[in-house]
Amino acid sequence: MSTLAVHDHGHHEEGHEHHHKATFLNTYVFSQDHKFIAKQFLVTGIIMAFIAMTLSILFRIQLAYPDQAFPLLETLLGRFAPGGRLSPGFYMSLVTIHGTIMVFFVLTAGLSGTFANLLIPLQVGARDMASPFVNMLSYWFFLLASIIMLSSFFVEKGPASGGWTIYPPLSALPKAMGGSGEGMTLWLTSMVFFIASSLMGGINYVSTILNMRTKGMDLWKMPLTVWALFLTAICGILAFPVLVAGVVLLIFDRSMGTSFYLSDIVLNGQVQPYAGGSPILFQHLFWFLGHPEVYIVIMPAMGISSEIIAVNARKPIFGYHAMVYSLIGITVLSFIVWGHHMFVTGMNPFLGGVFMITTLIIAVPSAVKTFNWLATLWRGNIRFTPAMLFAIGMVSFFISGGLTGIFLGNAALDINLHDTYFVVAHFHLVMGSAAIFGMLAGVYHWFPKMYRRMMDERLGYLHFWLTFIGAYLVFFPMHFMGLDGVPRRYYAFTEFESMKRWLTVNVFITWAAIMAGVAQVAFIVNFVYSIFWGKKTVQNPWNANTLEWTAPIEHFHGNWEGEIPTVYRWPYDYSKPGHDEDFIPQNVPFSQTMSSNLPHDFEDNPAGLEEHTKWTDTQKANEPVK
Amino acid sequence: MGFKTLINSKKTLSLLAVFMLSGSKLLFAQAAAGAPAADAPGVNWTSVAYYLLLFFLACLGVVVLGRILKVYDLSLKMQGKKGFNWNNIMGTCCLIFLVVGMYGAFWSITEQGSMSLPEAASKHGVDIDNMFLVTTILTLIVFVITQILLFGFLFYYRGSDKRKGYFLPHNNTIEKLWTIIPAIVLTILVVFGFFTWQQVMDTTNVKGDINIDVTGHQFAWEIRYPGKDGVLGRINVQKSDALNILGVDFTDKNSFDDLKADTLVLPVNKSIRINIHAQDVIHSLYMPHFRVQLNAVPGLPTFFKFVPTITTAEMRVKTDNPKFEYLLYCNKICGDAHYNMQKVVRVVTAEEYQEWLSTQKPYLTDGLKKELKLADGKSAGTKASSNRLALNN
Repeated sequence: MSTLAVHDHGHHEEGHEHHHKATFLNTYVFSQDHKFIAKQFLVTGIIMAFIAMTLSILFRIQLAYPDQAFPLLETLLGRFAPGGRLSPGFYMSLVTIHGTIMVFFVLTAGLSGTFANLLIPLQVGARDMASPFVNMLSYWFFLLASIIMLSSFFVEKGPASGGWTIYPPLSALPKAMGGSGEGMTLWLTSMVFFIASSLMGGINYVSTILNMRTKGMDLWKMPLTVWALFLTAICGILAFPVLVAGVVLLIFDRSMGTSFYLSDIVLNGQVQPYAGGSPILFQHLFWFLGHPEVYIVIMPAMGISSEIIAVNARKPIFGYHAMVYSLIGITVLSFIVWGHHMFVTGMNPFLGGVFMITTLIIAVPSAVKTFNWLATLWRGNIRFTPAMLFAIGMVSFFISGGLTGIFLGNAALDINLHDTYFVVAHFHLVMGSAAIFGMLAGVYHWFPKMYRRMMDERLGYLHFWLTFIGAYLVFFPMHFMGLDGVPRRYYAFTEFESMKRWLTVNVFITWAAIMAGVAQVAFIVNFVYSIFWGKKTVQNPWNANTLEWTAPIEHFHGNWEGEIPTVYRWPYDYSKPGHDEDFIPQNVPFSQTMSSNLPHDFEDNPAGLEEHTKWTDTQKANEPVK
Repeated sequence: MGFKTLINSKKTLSLLAVFMLSGSKLLFAQAAAGAPAADAPGVNWTSVAYYLLLFFLACLGVVVLGRILKVYDLSLKMQGKKGFNWNNIMGTCCLIFLVVGMYGAFWSITEQGSMSLPEAASKHGVDIDNMFLVTTILTLIVFVITQILLFGFLFYYRGSDKRKGYFLPHNNTIEKLWTIIPAIVLTILVVFGFFTWQQVMDTTNVKGDINIDVTGHQFAWEIRYPGKDGVLGRINVQKSDALNILGVDFTDKNSFDDLKADTLVLPVNKSIRINIHAQDVIHSLYMPHFRVQLNAVPGLPTFFKFVPTITTAEMRVKTDNPKFEYLLYCNKICGDAHYNMQKVVRVVTAEEYQEWLSTQKPYLTDGLKKELKLADGKSAGTKASSNRLALNN
């Protein structure tokens, strides 16, 4: 219904009034407008990010001061921190929930949810998503999942604590640890809702991109953000259902006495009645989602950064086709590399060899992307907006973290590095920090589109430098802890004489983390202040080419008054020689820019090429006359 | 104008200094007073308030600084000069970050990198370390070059109204080049890595391997050596109980002379095959000094073969640490006490090994014998096991 309503508005005002009367409830709560849903995703994502960040600071304090009591913690956390020290079980819960929230709720839903919702219709030229209703459901399922996940802090034995990968049997046996009881039940329930949300969103994104592009917007004229979000959605649609399968079987094992993942178990001296299952099966199912998941996290960040770098370097993105093909390559390869998380699980070593080959192949498209970003910056006219700085930060993190992936992707090296702090450093740089920076870049860049006001630049600069330096200070030293064989997910290093010397480094990391955490206040203040009191924006504040900046500043359901603009050119005509301005929006026809057209612009357009040759010929003919 | 702001900021600075000093004095006084009464844990609200105040002060500082900058910027503009050129400022920041960051990375690699594990104490570990070195050199080169290019470009091509970007949408030659070069480098690494991996994970059983069973459970490792026959008895998890934790199957005669050990003692330069079991949840047998790691999975026995090459005594000399011990610890989250699930590993000479082995107690203890109704090791095992089976049913 709604789809039709949105589609058919030729005359917007009339259609709008006629179909759904704007009430408070359907405008600000159960909104079906993609722009508002995007904001809902963003705000929820930011809140979840702050919660997850606070959790990380709590466990960082434990790592830095393992022997010290902080009575305040007991006041705040009660039984989870008896005597002012975190209990080992709660430490595990913190680690688990930090990971879960960051990976799924912030960097999947918060990132894809926000920018796919905001940008897909606006950048491909559609009035809304293919199904606004399902889109709305997607948000509400996400919110429900978030609430269930957080509610696990209020059950007696605390939230799930088996790590965000929840490997059985640890997660399958409620008696194996505190968090494997009700906390794990809530975790699994939450994930089922989350996946439902993610699928509803993903199907919507794909169908919108495939079916609802405006006139002239063929696939090869789409901005890289849309390409990235498109491929991300495909990844999600193919991968998430497998996790549901894994999770449902785990629920069966936990509550119905099946043995999908369990076999030959003696727990606390009691022989358990499970037989014939395999814990490795769960790992295969989990990582079949889990690995594409890290690309689900990073690809939107790559798309956003590509766009922002091109806009602010005032240069076309270098190798647009290569950028798209590398994204496609990453998408395809991401489904055949999951085994590199399992080199040392006892999986057949031959399989390990195969997965090592596919894993190192995936580094090639990643390298191509990096070089293309560098080439885009080369001889640019770089404008340092906060968004640009964050996009650059994303590239820097992606390089630093990506290179350590070459170690971990190598099965032989992984033997000693697996599950150490080297891994923690690697993925926090390459997918954690990089994706967060992509997300923040997007927030700074499209804030005017979302809230019709500008964010404060100087606070943005402060936010960037503190966070950027903080993240490097936190994660860089961790590599070396990993090289010393210090395992991750250890409550304290006090029991090992050989690890005690890392305590000073841990203290340093914790204080760097606290600094970076406090720096986020600069962001949140800027964000909230600018929503209400920021400087009013102009229609196209960054002089960008993409379609969203042709839409009026005022928001209404349907995006454009009158007809949706037609697209004539690719989105990266920045600093094109022969044109007076340094940008040519996508909806400007070639006939208006005769002086800057290149033969290359008319590759699939013989009529246009003829026009162009004629025009250049006359120009040439005219010259000598003068 | 500028002068005034300077005074202003100086005032703020001195205020801040006074506040910090008095605050820390207050805290120290608190700590001194609190020391005798350490038993009563109470929240030190003063210090909480102090940190909160410090935070607000920092915020205030940022606000004041922001205002000052704005005023300065406006005054510049009023005088007809150009305001701040943020492109130049940020470009310079990028350059400074590049220099300081590169130095920091260098410092970290030399300072903290030197704290990493000592040389590999196993045969295959040397290959792994060589490959690690090659990979490190290659990636470090790429790291330095790309970061220099990234931040260098940012500084060099910082924006100005006078220039325009250079319209360069693509260049197929250079794109092919930087697809093929990483592909070649990675192929070399893959081939190198693939063969090393195959070699390390060599599954062929050689006669003369010393078989040792290591079983993980929450939160300890159980170690079982074969006796004189050199063969370990079968395990049947269903038979596990308080006395026979591992569930050794005593219908298998090979099990009678199996030994139970507290420390994992290994003879140097012998091929060791560690059979890895887990009883409850997944654990991971991690011996970083030997570059050995494999998960212990319940229901899926695994094994890792390696040859230790440096004895504990030699390593103590090499690391200049008289207390040095090789360690085996758990590296897969396994529950609350995951952080303390370790065993000492000792590599000794062949003679020392035989000597040590002869002092180890058999797994089949007197208590177990009684339970199994074994008459002093006589092989009435079959009968006993049928009893056990009946019990289990």
